[in-house]
Amino acid sequence: MTQTTAESPARRQRAQIKERTLRTDQWWRYPLVTFLIFTAFLVYATWTLFDSSYFAAPYIAPFSSPCLATSCPEGARLFGLAPFGDWYTLSPSLLILVLPAGFRFTCYYYRKAYYRGFWLSPPACAVNEPHSKYSGESRFPLILQNIHRYFFYAAILIGLVLAWDAVLALVEKPLGLGTLILVINAVFINLYTLSCHSCRHITAGRLNHFSKHPVRYRAWGFVSKLNAKHQQLALISMFTVMGADLYVRLVAKGIVNFPFA
Amino acid sequence: MSYKAKFRVWRGEGGEGKLEDFTVEVNEGEVVLDIIHRLQATQTPDLAVRWNCKAGKCGSCSMEINGKPRLGCMTRMSTFSEDETITVTPMRTFPVIKDLVTDVSFNYQKAREIPSFTPPADVQPGEYRMQQIDVERSQEFRKCIECFMCNNVCHVIRDHEENKPNFAGPRFLMRIAELDMHPYDVADRKDSAQEEHGLGYCNITKCCTEVCPEHIKITDNALIPMKERVVDRKYDPLVWLGNKIFKRSTSKS
Amino acid sequence: MEIERHEYDVVVIGAGGAGLRAAIEARQQGKRTAIVCKSLFGKAHTVMAEGGAAAAMGNVNSADNWMVHFRDTMRGGKFLNNWRMAELHAKEAPDRVWELEAWGALFDRTKDGKISQRNFGGHEYPRLAHVGDRTGLELIRTLQQRVVALQQEDERLHGDPEAYIKVFQECTITRLLKDGDAIAGAFGYWRENGKLIVFDTPAVVLATGGIGKSYVVTSNSWEYTGDGHALALLAGAKLINMEFIQFHPTGMVWPPSVRGILVTESVRGDGGVLRNSEGKRFMFDYIPDVFKDKYATTEEEGDRWYTDQANNRRPPELLPRDEVARAINSEVKAGRGSPQGGVFLDVSSRLPAAEIIKRLPSMHHQFKELADVDITAEPMQVGPTCHYIMGGVEVDADTGAADVPGLFAAGEVSGGMHGSNRLGGNSLSDLLVFGRRAGAGAAAYVNGLAARPQATEEAVSAAKAEALAPLERTGENPYQVHQELQRTMNELVGIIRNAQEVTEALEAVGKLRERAQGVGAAGSRIYNPGWHLCLDLRNMLLVSECVAKAALIREESRGGHTRDDFPGMSADWRRKLLVCAASPDGSGVSVEEKVQPPMRDDLITLFDRAELKKYITEEELADFDALVKE
Repeated sequence: MTQTTAESPARRQRAQIKERTLRTDQWWRYPLVTFLIFTAFLVYATWTLFDSSYFAAPYIAPFSSPCLATSCPEGARLFGLAPFGDWYTLSPSLLILVLPAGFRFTCYYYRKAYYRGFWLSPPACAVNEPHSKYSGESRFPLILQNIHRYFFYAAILIGLVLAWDAVLALVEKPLGLGTLILVINAVFINLYTLSCHSCRHITAGRLNHFSKHPVRYRAWGFVSKLNAKHQQLALISMFTVMGADLYVRLVAKGIVNFPFA
Repeated sequence: MSYKAKFRVWRGEGGEGKLEDFTVEVNEGEVVLDIIHRLQATQTPDLAVRWNCKAGKCGSCSMEINGKPRLGCMTRMSTFSEDETITVTPMRTFPVIKDLVTDVSFNYQKAREIPSFTPPADVQPGEYRMQQIDVERSQEFRKCIECFMCNNVCHVIRDHEENKPNFAGPRFLMRIAELDMHPYDVADRKDSAQEEHGLGYCNITKCCTEVCPEHIKITDNALIPMKERVVDRKYDPLVWLGNKIFKRSTSKS
Repeated sequence: MEIERHEYDVVVIGAGGAGLRAAIEARQQGKRTAIVCKSLFGKAHTVMAEGGAAAAMGNVNSADNWMVHFRDTMRGGKFLNNWRMAELHAKEAPDRVWELEAWGALFDRTKDGKISQRNFGGHEYPRLAHVGDRTGLELIRTLQQRVVALQQEDERLHGDPEAYIKVFQECTITRLLKDGDAIAGAFGYWRENGKLIVFDTPAVVLATGGIGKSYVVTSNSWEYTGDGHALALLAGAKLINMEFIQFHPTGMVWPPSVRGILVTESVRGDGGVLRNSEGKRFMFDYIPDVFKDKYATTEEEGDRWYTDQANNRRPPELLPRDEVARAINSEVKAGRGSPQGGVFLDVSSRLPAAEIIKRLPSMHHQFKELADVDITAEPMQVGPTCHYIMGGVEVDADTGAADVPGLFAAGEVSGGMHGSNRLGGNSLSDLLVFGRRAGAGAAAYVNGLAARPQATEEAVSAAKAEALAPLERTGENPYQVHQELQRTMNELVGIIRNAQEVTEALEAVGKLRERAQGVGAAGSRIYNPGWHLCLDLRNMLLVSECVAKAALIREESRGGHTRDDFPGMSADWRRKLLVCAASPDGSGVSVEEKVQPPMRDDLITLFDRAELKKYITEEELADFDALVKE
C-alpha cells in the first residue's frame, strides 16, 4: 500500500516548522502545576522521615503506619508487633514508606504526570520534548515500572492498615476531629488503591470472556468506574494523606490542642 | 453574521515551505475545513487538503490547528474569537506531500505488521456466538476512523524519527489490544506487542487519548490493559510460578 | 514523459465495500488484483453507512427468510427491480454477513450470542446486522483488514505482500482502454504527484459509487462524481434507471456547511418521530394506498409497535425513504417547516438520554460537534438530501458483467438491483453480495480468455492528452462550473420534477458542457485539487445529462422519480427501463426504452394478487392468474 512510485528525496521530509509548538493555549500550566504539587509532597514526605512526633494516642500519622520498629511507642505498633530488632534505630517510617511511595511512583497516573511535569517527555501534547533520545519504558531502568502490580498488592495491605488505624481511633475517640480525618483519609486511600489499573486488570481485565465470570465482571465494572476517576482519586488521596499526617503530627506536638482534637 | 478571519496556512512541497497569511470570509456555523475550501475556491485553487466525508466519520482531514491535532471538519469556527489568527499546519510526524497533505504510508506499513484476526480453525462462518459484554471492549477500539492523529501526536515518534521502525504507534497498539481481547482470537500477541511493536516505548502520557476525535480511551482501555497483559506474561513471577505449578497455558480464558 | 505501467489480471476501481469485496474474491480465485481508489485506503464513502446490512438471518424474528426479504426489496423498488438481482441478494446476504464475522467484524449481539438485527424502513422484520450506528465503518474496516490478511499470507508464501493484491491509493482513473470491443486496460493519474499511470488488464470491475456531487444538498463526499458511470458510458456500456435518485428524508439542514449530512434512519427505527412546526406527527397523513394495510393509522398503535411488533403495525415514519422524503418536502413547502427549513426529528421525548447515547452514539456526537445540538434534550432539524442513485451500469445479475467484454460493475455504480427505490440497509448487503459476484465474474472471464487484449498506443496518448489539457489552459475556474451544475440539478432535476424544468436543466447542462471545455487549473501537478475537479467535471456532466434525459422521458412518478405533471404510478411504465448510451465520440448521451423481462414464475407467485394488482398491467395480471391456477 505504500505508494513509493514517485520516490524523490524531498518528499520524505516532514514539514520544516521551527517553532517547538504552535499551540496558543497555556499548555505549560499542567506540567508546572504538577511539578509544584509533587515537589511539595516530596519535600513533606522527606521531612516526615526525620520527624518523630507521629503518634498522639489514639492517632497514628499515616506516613508512619504501620509502625514496626522497637522504637515505636507501645500503642502505635500494629497489633503490638515489632518484628524488627533493637538494631534498627532509624525512623520507623523508612521501613514502610517505600511501599506507598513505590505504589504511587509506578502508578499509571503519576507516571503520566511526572513524565510530563518533571521529565518534560513531553511537557504537553504536540509540544516537542527537549531530549534527543527516547526509549521510554522499553529498557532499564524504566522497564521496572512493570512491577506496579507488586506495589498494588502492598498498597492493599497499607490501605487495610490505615483503615484499621481509623477504626481504632473510632473506637477510642469517636468524637475526635482526628478520627474524622483518619476515616476520610482511609476511605480515599482505599478508593485510590481500588481504582488502580492493575486492580482493574486483576479483577477481570485479563479475561476475554466476561460472560463466563459474571461476578468478576461485576467487580470489573465497579473498578472501571473508579478507574475513570483514577487521576482525581490519586490527587485527592495525596492531599488527604498529607493533611491527615500533618494533623496528627500537629496534635502530637501539642500545636493543635483542644478537647475534640 | 459573517466576518473576515485571519488565517496562517503552511504551504509548501516536500518539507520546504512557510506559513502564508490569508484573510478570508467566515460564515455562521462553519468549520475550519470550510474555510480551507473557501481559500481553494477563491484565492488558491491549488491549496492541497485531504478530505472526504466532512462529518467526522472518515478521518481524512487531520491537520494541526493552532498547534493541536484536529479534524478540520470537526473544528468549529465558533470556538475561536473573531480577532484570533488561526494557524493551520500539516501533521508534523509524517512527511509532507504538499501543503496540508502528508504521506501517511507509515501507518499502512504498521497495519500490515500486526498479525490479522486469527479465529480457531474449526469455527465456521455463521457459528460464531459471542455475548455483547464480551465484544464491547474491542468494539470501542473499532470505532477508530484511522485519522492517525494519535500516531501524529505521540512524542515517541513525533520527536524521535528514529523510533519509527520499532514502534507501531497508539493506533496499532490499540489494534493489538482489540485482537487480544477478541473472544475468538487465538493468536498470541503479548510477547510481540512488547518485543516487536514497541509497547514499552509508550510512557502513557495520554496525548493519543486527548486528540482522539472518536473519544476512544486509548490509554486507559487499550494500552494500559495491554501493558498489564504483558506484565502477566513477562514480569509477574507469581503468574509465572502459578503457570509452572498448575500448567495453565496462557492468561487467555 | 514516461508513463508508469502495471500489468494485472483484474483491476478494481473503487475501494468501498463493493470494490474491496470484489478484489478479495478475485484474489482468492488466484488473480493478480489491483485496487485503485481516489482516497486513502479505508476512507471510502461506505464508512458513512450507519444503519446496517440487511440480511434475512432470522436471528431476532425467526419468521424472516429470503422470500420475505425478496418481497420487501421488490415492494420498496416498486417492482421495477431486476428480480434476479433481488433474489440473489436476498438469498446470499446472510452468508456474506457471516463471512465478515469470520474476518473479524464485531456486530452487536443478541442475548443468545448471535448477530443482533434492527428494524428499518420497508423491512418487515428486524433484519439489519449493525454495530451501533457505525456499521459502514465496521464493514469497510473488516474488508480492509481482510485485504491486509491476504497480503500477509502472500508475504509468507511469496515473500512479497503485494504479489497478488495491491492498493493504488489516491489514484484516479480517467479512461478505460479497449482492444476492439474488449477491455484492455485503464488510464489514470496519481493525485499526489500528477504522474500518469496505465494498467494493462483484461478485466475491470467498476465500484466507484454514486453521483451525489452533481447536487448541492447531498450526503455524498467529493468522490461521488459519477466516475464509474461515465467510464462505463465512454467504454460503450449502458446505464439503466438513471432517473431514479434517492433523496434520503433526513439530512442535517443546519449549519449550512454541513447541510445534507446524513441523520441515520435508525433514529426513526429506534423511536424517533417526525413533527412539523405545529407539533403534529404529519406522517400519518402521507401513507400511500399501496401501503395502507401495513402501517399504523394512529399514534397509539405506532407507539405500541416498538414493543409489540407481532400485534401492531409499524409507524409511518418507517415508510420507504421516497415516501418520507416527499412528505417532508410537502410539509416544508406548505409552510409548516422548522426555522431552518426542515422538519423536526425528535428522539429526546421518546427515549431516556442514556439510551439515546447508547443506541445512537455517532448521531449524538455529530449533532453535538457540528450543530451544537444535544439530541437527548431537543429535536433535530432535518430535510431531504441527495443520497443514492438506484441507476447505474446495466449488468448481468449473476456475474456483474456489463455488455462490454471485460467490464464488470458492483455496488451503487451498477443498476437494477434496487429498482426505483432502495430500502435502507440493502446497500451494504448489495455491496457484499454483488461485489463478490463481480470479483468472481471477472476471474472467470479472465480464465476463459484465449489471449490478453492489448490497449493501443493511440488510446493511451488520447487519454494522456485529455488528462493534461486543463493544466495547459488558463480558463475559467472549475469550481464555478461545478457549483452551477450542482444548483441546476438540485433545483431543476431534484426531488420533484416536471417537463419544463427538466428541459431547462438539459439546456443548462449543455451550456455548462461547453464551458467545461475551457476550464483550466493553475498550479503544478502535485496534489492540485483544481486540476482534479476539471477532470471530474466531464463525468458529472455526462451523468447529469443521463439523469435529466431519462427523467424527462419517464412520464410517471415512481420511487426516486417524482413528476408533478405525472403524479401517478403507471403499470405500463413499470415494464419499461430507460437505457442511456454515449454517442460514439462521447460528447453526448441518448436514452432508449427497453422492456423489462417478466418475473420468473416461482418468484412472482410469492406475492399476493391483491398487492400485484397495484403495480402490474391487466395483461400481466391475467398471466399471473393462469399461473396460479396450474
